[in-house]
This record gives sequence, C-alpha cells and structure tokens, in this order.
Amino acid sequence: MAEDAPLLELTDVKKAFGPVTVLRGVHLSVYPGKVTALVGDNGAGKSTLIKGLAGVQPYDSGTVVFNGHEVNLTNPRHAASLGIEVVYQDLALCDNLDIVQNMFLGREETSGGFFDEGVMERRTSEVLRSLSVRTVESVRQKVSSLSGGQRQTVAIARAVLKEAKLVILDEPTAALGVAQTEQVLNLVKRLAEQGVAVLIISHNLADVFKVADFVSVLYLGEMVADVPIAETSYDDVVGYITGSKTYERARA
Amino acid sequence: MSTKSVQISDAAPDPIADDLIGAGQEGTLLDQVRGYFSRVRQGEMGVLPAVGGMVVLAILFTILNPLFITERNFANLMTQSATLVMLAMALVFVILLGEIDLSAGTTYGVAMCAFVVLVSVVHVNWILALLAAFAIGLAVGAFIGFFVARVGIPSFVVTLGLFLGFQGLELIIIGNGGSYAVQVPQILAIMNSNLPIWGGWVLLAVMVAITIGTGFWDRARRKRAGVPNRAQALLWAKVGVIVVLGGLAVFFLSQNRGAVSDIRGVPIVVPIVLFILWIGTFVLDRTKFGRYMYAVGGNAEAARRAGVKVIAIRWIAFIICSTLAVVSGIFSIGQVGSVDATSGRDIVLSGVAAAVVGGVSLFGGRGRLIHAAIGAVVISMITNGLGLLNLPAGANYLVTGGVLILAASVDAISRLRSGGSLFSRS
Ligand SMILES: Nc1ncnc2c1ncn2[C@@H]1O[C@H](COP(=O)(O)OP(=O)(O)OP(=O)(O)O)[C@@H](O)[C@H]1O
Ligand SMILES: [Mg+2]
Repeated sequence: MAEDAPLLELTDVKKAFGPVTVLRGVHLSVYPGKVTALVGDNGAGKSTLIKGLAGVQPYDSGTVVFNGHEVNLTNPRHAASLGIEVVYQDLALCDNLDIVQNMFLGREETSGGFFDEGVMERRTSEVLRSLSVRTVESVRQKVSSLSGGQRQTVAIARAVLKEAKLVILDEPTAALGVAQTEQVLNLVKRLAEQGVAVLIISHNLADVFKVADFVSVLYLGEMVADVPIAETSYDDVVGYITGSKTYERARA
Repeated sequence: MSTKSVQISDAAPDPIADDLIGAGQEGTLLDQVRGYFSRVRQGEMGVLPAVGGMVVLAILFTILNPLFITERNFANLMTQSATLVMLAMALVFVILLGEIDLSAGTTYGVAMCAFVVLVSVVHVNWILALLAAFAIGLAVGAFIGFFVARVGIPSFVVTLGLFLGFQGLELIIIGNGGSYAVQVPQILAIMNSNLPIWGGWVLLAVMVAITIGTGFWDRARRKRAGVPNRAQALLWAKVGVIVVLGGLAVFFLSQNRGAVSDIRGVPIVVPIVLFILWIGTFVLDRTKFGRYMYAVGGNAEAARRAGVKVIAIRWIAFIICSTLAVVSGIFSIGQVGSVDATSGRDIVLSGVAAAVVGGVSLFGGRGRLIHAAIGAVVISMITNGLGLLNLPAGANYLVTGGVLILAASVDAISRLRSGGSLFSRS
C-alpha cells in the first residue's frame, strides 16, 4: 500500500565541516500522515540534518528520495517547490504585520496587481479552522500581540497554506508553557491527520511520546535507532540518546 | 480586540459567514469605535499624538497671536511646510526599512544646483533641466542602494559621506558665494500661485470621489470573498470628515488674503503633495512592493525566507527616496526663488524629526506617509507660530527639539504600557 511507502527516504547521508564529520551515513524515513520524531543529544547533528532537507546546507553525499523520486536539494526554493516546509525555532514572522499578512507573505493574492484582502482573510480563517485553532480571536491581530503558542500556530498554519507535503518542526515547544505546548502538540497531530508527513525535532521526550508515531535517534551523527513509538519505552529512548543502550535493528 | 467587538449585532452589515475567525471588521459603528480605542490603548496610536499636537499648537499660537489663524497665515503655512512634508514623505521609504538617508537634502541641493545652472548658464530648456535633476536624484538613490543593499555598508555611513561630499559638489557647481535666481515661472508658480476658486472645490470633490470609490471597491471585493465588511456608516463618517475639514480649508483659502492685490485660491503645491501622498499610500498599502517594504523593515530574515527579494526592495527604496527628495527640492527653490551652494543642507534632520513626530518608527516596519506629512506640518507650525511671536531664532530649535523628544516618549511609553519593552522593535 502507498500508505506504507515513505514520503521521504534518506540513505547514507554524510556531511562534514572541514575535519569535523557531523553526519556519518544517516538513514531516515518519514511517512505521510505520520509524525516522526527526531531526537538526539546536543550536537548530535539534528539541525544539520534538517538544514540539508531545507536546501540551505546541502549534504556532501547520500541519496534523498522524495515522493518516489531521487532529488538533489541544493536551494531552499527547490525544497519549497517540492512541498518541504521548515518551521524554524525562531519562527521567522514579521512582528509588525498581522496574521493574514504573515501567512501570505511572499505569495499574496492579487487581482489586477492590487491585494485581494478579502480572499486572503478568508483563506487564513479557513486554514486556522481546519487546524481547529480556537485561541486566535482576530486574523487581523498583529503578530507582536500573539503568545508564543499562537505564533507557533501561525508559522505551522503557513506551511499548511502552502500545501506542504512534508513539514519539519525544529523544537516547536521549546519556549512554551504547559497549556501552549498542549495546543501545539494537538496542532501537530491535526497536521498529520490531514495527510502531511511531519518530522519534529524535540528534546522533550514527554512531548515525543504524546505525538510521535515513530522515533528516530541520532547519536554522534549516526542513526542508532528507528522505532515505532508503540514498540519502545521512555527509558529505551533515553538509553539510545545517551549511547548507553543499543537498538537491535533485527527486531524492527 | 475585545470579544465584544466580534459579537454580531442586528445592525451588522454582513453577518460572519460560515465559521470564520473575526477580523475586527464585524459589528456596528459603536463596536468599531470601541475597537479603535482598544487598539490605541494597546499602543497602536498611529497618527493620534501628532494630530493632537497639531490642534494644541494651533490653539496655543492663536491665543498668543491671533494673526496665526488668518487666511494669509494659513496659506503661508501650507507653502512653508510643503518642502518639509515632501522630504519627510521621501524619507519614509527608507526609514520604513530601518535605514536612513542623511543625504536626502543635499541630494536635492545638487539636483537643484544642476537645474539652475543648466537653465541660467547653459540655457537648456527648463523641462530638460528638470529631467536632468530627476535623473540625478535617481542616480544618487541607485548609488546609495548599491552600497547599502549590495556591499552592505550601513546607510548612515554611506549617506553621511554623501551629505558631506554633496556640500562640496554644490559649491563646485554654483561657485563659492554664488547664487542664481530661478527664472522658470512654472517652478515659481508651484509655490506662489493658486488654483482658481473652482479648482479648490474640484480638488475636494475628487478626494471625496476617490474615498467613496475605493471604499466601495474594497467592500465589493470583501463581499465577493465572503468576509464581513465594516459598517457602511464608517465610510460615510470618513467622507464626512473630509468634506467638513476639506470644505473649511477650501473655503478659508477662497477668501481674499492679499494686502494690496486680490489673492485667493488653494496653492498649486497642495494638489501636487496630495497626489504624491495618495499614490504612495496606495502602493504601500495595496501592492506587493509596499507589503515587502514593511516586511523587510519588520524582519528582513523572515522576508527573505518567505521569498522576498530583500536586496531589490532596499535598492528601490533608496531610489524612491532620492527621487522624491528632488520634488522637495523643486518646492524649496520655488519658494525661495533662488539657489545657492547651501541648498538642502539644513533640512534633512528636520525631515527625520518630522517622520518621528508623526509616528514613523526609526527601527523600521511601522509608519505611513500621512504620519510623516502631519509630523512635518507640526514642525512647520512651530517655526511659523514662533516666527509670528518674534521670538529669537534659538527658541525655534529648542521647541522643535523638545517636541521631538516628547513625541518619541509618548510613543515609547504607550508601547511600554501595552507590554512591549522600551526597546522593542515592533
Ligand atoms: N557550520 C558549521 N561549521 C562547523 N561545525 C558545525 C557547523 N554546523 C554545525 N556544526 C557542528 O556539527 C555538530 C552538530 O550540530 P547540530 O546543530 O546539527 O546539532 P543538533 O543536534 O541540532 O544540536 P542541538 O540539540 O544543540 O540543537 C556540532 O558539533 C556543531 O558544532
Ligand atoms: Mg539544533
């Protein structure tokens, strides 16, 4: 079944910065409609791995198969055109613009060269509703007036608006309180329910166990474990991350 | 927005369709007014402090010297402020990006020196000379844009260099101590002649028609998209304000204000400024270029990641600023009637001050052309009003400086109260 085929498959990906080898032949699969968590200690190479997918920092070697085709991700625009969206930790929103303006930044709806604000407003509303966002009161609020969770929501909704096939989230809950973390995790689930493949980086294993379907563990630039969340435990994952446990690939 | 303002009342023009999230457009006139004040309380004061300052100054100066409110002084104020209004609007284009153009004044100085020398010495047709002046503005903007946007030198440094260099260039073009009379009646007419009486009323009618036209155009498009419109009464209130204030101004200017001969009518410079203000605002509010100006000014990295060509936007902004500065220069020489080597030397900081007083943020990303225009009128009122009081020239600078700091403080404190930090960039 197509459902079982990964949307994204990395094989033997390598990346070095001069003498420092950061990725030493990494394998990773991400499935449509599923949340895959990418975990690993500081400096394990998580950010380097996703920068390659975003096209901002190409890999040295290895193959990337996206949607059944081998692709060479060398620039961000190419990645975006394939349907890969990265929601960075700094979110990259313009505080001085409102939600609608941020959602449509760079892809505004115009008619006759002038903005069609009504259409943009409606689409924004629809996308937020499709993600069951209830906390935003007005789509014309300035982003500067939003809470951290709401800002994260806007950033994720923007990926949905772009009809991304793969959404990569870099520590989306790192700066959030309990309630807002809950909201964002719900949003991540909602995203997967819409058929989007989600790759989420997190240091918070509690979050990982709440939303993820699969967990992939990077240890010093190598993928040491790659398990369905149902078949592993909190302690095991901690073990893989710290290198005190080894994962038996044969079991998978 | 308070929850109240998104409740639908019977008088709401279009109920919220389906299950849309509010946009602050819903509700009655009263809801809208309430929404506006809640935004003001949150620190989005917009043009309010500058307009308030304008009213206070007008009352103050009228009490101190009733000559302030005469027809003649009213018309004087318009022509006296036109140069600064134009320069402040030019500067908005770079200030919105968080940049600065310290050479905007001397840029027009160089362009005007070249213009007057071309006309008076080389005897070039004045229209060609004018085109040459605009070409100089354009070239200077492109030059600044290159060094700021491509090479990456801070605009403060590049334009400070040009500010100093252009003073020398003016001296070289004009000659030390030299001064040329402007011998082009069309240029002098901009500042010294008036529209016929009916012209003033036509101008007002056009403004009203444009307001109603764009108002209904927006409403029609929102309706087509299926999102609610503001109460129509709001549009009529806006039209009412324009009709009353504009009508008073035109009426006032239609009275004879000459001492010996009969002088009446709206100064020709007024429709020119209004036209540039309208076009500029339209572009900033309704086109991709305008939106990207705000985006780059707010968060250049976010804009870049969203696919905005940040370098091009910066570059174009400097070109627009320098080119509009030339318009300001034309107003200036039309008013003074001559050009010397100091043309445009002292005005640029007043232009920056005008923008800030009006509510444009030097951090970038926040402000509109109308803000700069009103700020410039406030500063011109100070000069004009204190002049009528025969105070020493020093008072003018002191008061202007005080108003600038006051305006910046009002803005910063309103933001602080609304929860932002004193140094917040938004
Ligand atoms: N541009 C670079 N030049 C040299 N070394 C780099 C560069 N980028 C990353 N590294 C190194 O690569 C290693 C992995 O970095 P990376 O940012 O991918 O880790 P990470 O897993 O995202 O860590 P964290 O959890 O702290 O975000 C680190 O040792 C880092 O110092
Ligand atoms: Mg990282």
